[in-house]
Amino acid sequence: MDVEIELPQISELRANPPRFQGLTPGHRACLGCGEALAARLVTEAAGPDVMIANATGCLEIFTTPWPESAWRLPWIHSLFENTGAIASGMEAALKAQGKNTKVLAFAGDGGTFDIGFQALSGMLERGHNVLYVCFDNEAYMNTGIQRSSSTPHAAMTTTSPPGSARMGKRHLKKDILSIVAAHHIPYAATASVAYPSDIRKKVRRAIDIEGPTFLQIHCPCPLGWGHEGNLSIEIARLAVQTGLYPVIELERSELIGSMPIRKSKPVVEYLSKQQRFRHLFNKNDARAIEELAHIQALADHNIKRYQLCGDGADALDSEGADTVKRGGMRWG
Amino acid sequence: MLKALEGSQAIAQTVALCRPQVVAAYPITPQTHIVENIARLVADGSMQCELVSVESEFSAASLVLGAACAGSRTYTASASQGILLMSEVLYNIAGLRVPMVMTCANRAISAPLSIWNDQQDSMAVRDAGWIQLYCADNQEAVDTTIQAYRIAESTELPVMVCVDGFTLTHTLEPIDIPDQAQVDEFLPAFKFKRALDPANPTSIGTLVSPDYYTEARYSHHQALLDSEQAIIAADADWQAICGRSSGGLVSVNGPDNARIGVITLGSIYGTLYEARETYSELPDTRLISLRAYRPFPAAALREICKDLTDLVILERAISLGSGGIVSAEVHSALSSLPESPRIYSYAVGLGGRDIPLDLYRRMHARIRDDKPGGFSILDVDTERLLPEDGGPDQTAITA
Repeated sequence: MDVEIELPQISELRANPPRFQGLTPGHRACLGCGEALAARLVTEAAGPDVMIANATGCLEIFTTPWPESAWRLPWIHSLFENTGAIASGMEAALKAQGKNTKVLAFAGDGGTFDIGFQALSGMLERGHNVLYVCFDNEAYMNTGIQRSSSTPHAAMTTTSPPGSARMGKRHLKKDILSIVAAHHIPYAATASVAYPSDIRKKVRRAIDIEGPTFLQIHCPCPLGWGHEGNLSIEIARLAVQTGLYPVIELERSELIGSMPIRKSKPVVEYLSKQQRFRHLFNKNDARAIEELAHIQALADHNIKRYQLCGDGADALDSEGADTVKRGGMRWG
Repeated sequence: MLKALEGSQAIAQTVALCRPQVVAAYPITPQTHIVENIARLVADGSMQCELVSVESEFSAASLVLGAACAGSRTYTASASQGILLMSEVLYNIAGLRVPMVMTCANRAISAPLSIWNDQQDSMAVRDAGWIQLYCADNQEAVDTTIQAYRIAESTELPVMVCVDGFTLTHTLEPIDIPDQAQVDEFLPAFKFKRALDPANPTSIGTLVSPDYYTEARYSHHQALLDSEQAIIAADADWQAICGRSSGGLVSVNGPDNARIGVITLGSIYGTLYEARETYSELPDTRLISLRAYRPFPAAALREICKDLTDLVILERAISLGSGGIVSAEVHSALSSLPESPRIYSYAVGLGGRDIPLDLYRRMHARIRDDKPGGFSILDVDTERLLPEDGGPDQTAITA
């Protein structure tokens, strides 16, 4: 049953900003950019006593066109592949100076899963007190939508186009969280931009931990995924509800929590809303039917592996979290 | 007080005197002894710093960049492949105008793999926007390292102190290590005015459009040119404290009436100095040691070379397909002289090939016979070339 909710006007929201904003409006992200929203949520939760090392990528480009900057936090961008090492150096310096300012590292999936992976692994292994946030939009969006090792199986990108001999990306999405967790760091988690409270909670938790922590946030890219900007949250939510993007928490590589799925949805609900999967919906193509079955199997595997199926309504499950209860009360 | 110290040991002790707060390095021959010595100083408590043993040279350079931007004095050291691996970061550090000091223990570049000394590594990053200072001996390496911090921090430019691998890094020499009070007097505590600070948030490393890039390059270039004064001043001020000069931009040695000059970078200067005494019957020769290679001291060289008839440049690296790297720049610098000396360019001591005293005699013989303006690689033994490159037929030898 649909509930009519009176939405606040944009002007009202602008008049009541959060107490602290690290990333301010006026930057040049696309409409519906999941990464911009996630970065804002992370910095709001982290507060003012932080320093940010930011990898090359959309976030860096759209926030800092010289001589302007959307950041109200000390922020440095050096290169694409060294964010883990830059953050390590900042942390070492602050430690040497006896300061408690927390270092945040921001990178996309390319800068985390691929080119920056070595620097990240080194940072984790050496135990630097850094929260590393990966804004995962599942391809090299800044350079024009090329596949990364985070791109999901069968997705179309400009370097994994479908054709008579291919069905999009041939390989699986890299399980970066398991690899990161295998460094036995104190805390590693996934989150989705569709669940802001969950992001805030995880950021605060990670910030409080002395040592390396990792947060991977699923961020839709309307341009790269092929959907309207106003669908970003809905699509991000579907990724969780189908089991394709498990929202989980690990401590010292042990699973300690997951966001339950109240009623898992078929993956086609998620896939069919995005142009990057459109080649999977050709009813006359047996390969498409097979790939859809593959992807459903991947989702089912995730649900089983992380025991994502909930047992009834839960305020913090995939339906309840960050939604408004009938009668105007907020869940949780 | 003079002590017999290995070059690397002396450099490590000197770095400790400069009180860096963050040191990051990745091992590579012949730099290893420097960081091993620093690790020992940290382990026994005589050096207080965050020593981070990173997983690559790329991260070593990145880590010190992050640390400097967070407000700490830093140090790193590398060589050869390590310099090439970190080259992207070296450009980035310089472009961001972040002050720091690193040692390059000069070594050849692969392939073919060679762990021995020449200067192809630092030459490969000459355009990165760093100040590059070359040391003729280990005392200069000590004094230059201290001066480098002063220069870097007063110009907001990174400084690479180049010391010949093995020839200097692994060689014992009598060296005076200054005392802590002398260094503290010379080197104020690190203060980087653009350092990141939550109380005054700024953004470092932003995207610039074509509207600003040219201006950024202009300012960086100008800063390097202007750093000549800082290099000269640091040498003079340090001399006032310890009594030694490292030569400023260029050190010159030889009689005023000499009409033959030799330009060198690094430790080969010492060999030529001794050879000149050994072969005293040869014509008077002015030894010109380029201490500052970046900034390139063109004006100083014009002054030094204006009364020479013949000028030899001994290259320790090659621009393959072109020739001598330093020579091209010397040619360019001297072209505005009314009468430029005849210039001869020779590559010597590549990949650790010995540089004997006899080189000095052969050099004098060559400039009598060679056409000026040319470039050649000395000591090429055609017997060691592969047959397809003009060497002897191997089947004939083994038969």
